Amino acid sequence: MLTRPTLLKILSTLILFGAWEIAGRIPVSYAFPTFIESMQALARMTFDGTLFVAYGETLKPLVIGILISTVLGITIGLFIGLSGWFDWLMSPIFIVMQAAPLAALIPLLVMAYGIGLTSKVFVVCIMAMPVIVLNTSSAVRNTPGSLKEMGRSYLASDTEIITKIIIPSASPLIFSGLRLGISAGFIGAILSELKITPTGVGDIITFSRSIADYPSMYAAIFSIILLAVLFLNLLESIENYLFEGNNRGYVSD
Amino acid sequence: MSQTKSAFGQAASLDTEHAVITRNICKNYGAVEALKDLSLEFPRGQLTSLLGPSGCGKTTLLKIIAGLLEPTSGEVEVNGRLINGPGPNRAFVFQDFALLPWASVMRNVAFGLELRGMPKSEREAIAENYISAVGLSGFENSYPHELSGGMRQRVGLARALSVDAKVLLMDEPFSAVDEQTRRKFQEDLLGLVQNENKTFIFVTHSIEEAVYVSDQIAILLPRPSRVSEIIRPRALHGKDVSNIRRDPEYLDIVDQIWASLRSYVE
Repeated sequence: MLTRPTLLKILSTLILFGAWEIAGRIPVSYAFPTFIESMQALARMTFDGTLFVAYGETLKPLVIGILISTVLGITIGLFIGLSGWFDWLMSPIFIVMQAAPLAALIPLLVMAYGIGLTSKVFVVCIMAMPVIVLNTSSAVRNTPGSLKEMGRSYLASDTEIITKIIIPSASPLIFSGLRLGISAGFIGAILSELKITPTGVGDIITFSRSIADYPSMYAAIFSIILLAVLFLNLLESIENYLFEGNNRGYVSD
Repeated sequence: MSQTKSAFGQAASLDTEHAVITRNICKNYGAVEALKDLSLEFPRGQLTSLLGPSGCGKTTLLKIIAGLLEPTSGEVEVNGRLINGPGPNRAFVFQDFALLPWASVMRNVAFGLELRGMPKSEREAIAENYISAVGLSGFENSYPHELSGGMRQRVGLARALSVDAKVLLMDEPFSAVDEQTRRKFQEDLLGLVQNENKTFIFVTHSIEEAVYVSDQIAILLPRPSRVSEIIRPRALHGKDVSNIRRDPEYLDIVDQIWASLRSYVE
């Protein structure tokens, strides 16, 4: 049974792909392939294994970077939200990080950490972490006062107030930070492969552009977007599973 | 019924054991004196209302009794012991319900017991009892946002009852529910005071509500807060609940309180 939202999602996808196909057929640019050509290239790269080899490379900095950003980001955000002292100490770093023109800073990272995995993980983290930290800290800071009072009056320890009240209450904003942070992390992973050393999916993009194989280039871009969307959907189901009641509004609504 | 009640009333007026005693409570917020030298006694097994215009510190006093706020000076005694923070002998009912939006009715009601480390099956059995006692059977797995305001406060009440504290602190518990529900709550509260052997401390800004539900009303006047008067409309409680609002004595007390409060209301 297809629900209305599902139908609308399918419809909007069809419109997007249709517009892509038409734009490719006009063509708007010699360098812009049609949707069908791109999908053929995608299928070819999937079946000859190129794509899997490429993702083996790309996923390394991406997964490490996202894991670090998630764990460290939520922890730091929690501390910032709980203590004013930590707020003064750490917040400026992440606000600067978020505003920094990352592409311009990459040469500095390369000088400090070389052209290997470390630099790429750094790029992913710089992209992903600020929004996770800032969202977590503001959510923690805005935990409803009466819920914390309720916890204290029913004899919760400080740890229980954090684990049973503050974190669940902050979870919707933490997850929205994760969604934004992780999509930024995907951008960071590709950016690092384009700017530092061409490996993995970044290599496919750079290489196919240099030999004017535009369908392959767009297929690679398409695949990374697809992966990001699938991953974000997975994250959303995790959130719904963990905090079911949060999904449907608030008591104070 | 009315005989035992009035006999109890006489005995109580001579020498009542007090469940909660506050002595010389002062509370300052910076330079602002919220409470000044406030001493008050709360008779065991009865309902005492704290009534006064807004800003008179009644919620502050309640939170000090709950142990949620630290008084600047003075002491609070509960069942003969000085308190030093929240304790298992007091349970709080919040004005805005303070339910966990991500937790089912069952988990919310059992939350106080969960925090005391009671095993899941045991605490859910107790919670189940109180859920049906407040009339929410069948809603165990609902989430707070699926309930009406009145039902949410029933969850808050069930949570407070399930920890079996001897003193129930209620901070304007009915102010966020609609008029009809409030009347029903007030009737239920009278039953609760009669059947549960608990001491109730009830903050309200409604004169009618205070006179209707209370054994004792402490009228607080603001800036700085002090007890101006203590009224005991206890004679009303021997009478039939459905007639209280038409009782001349009820109306007299309401008028008398309004007369003493009106000059403090802008």
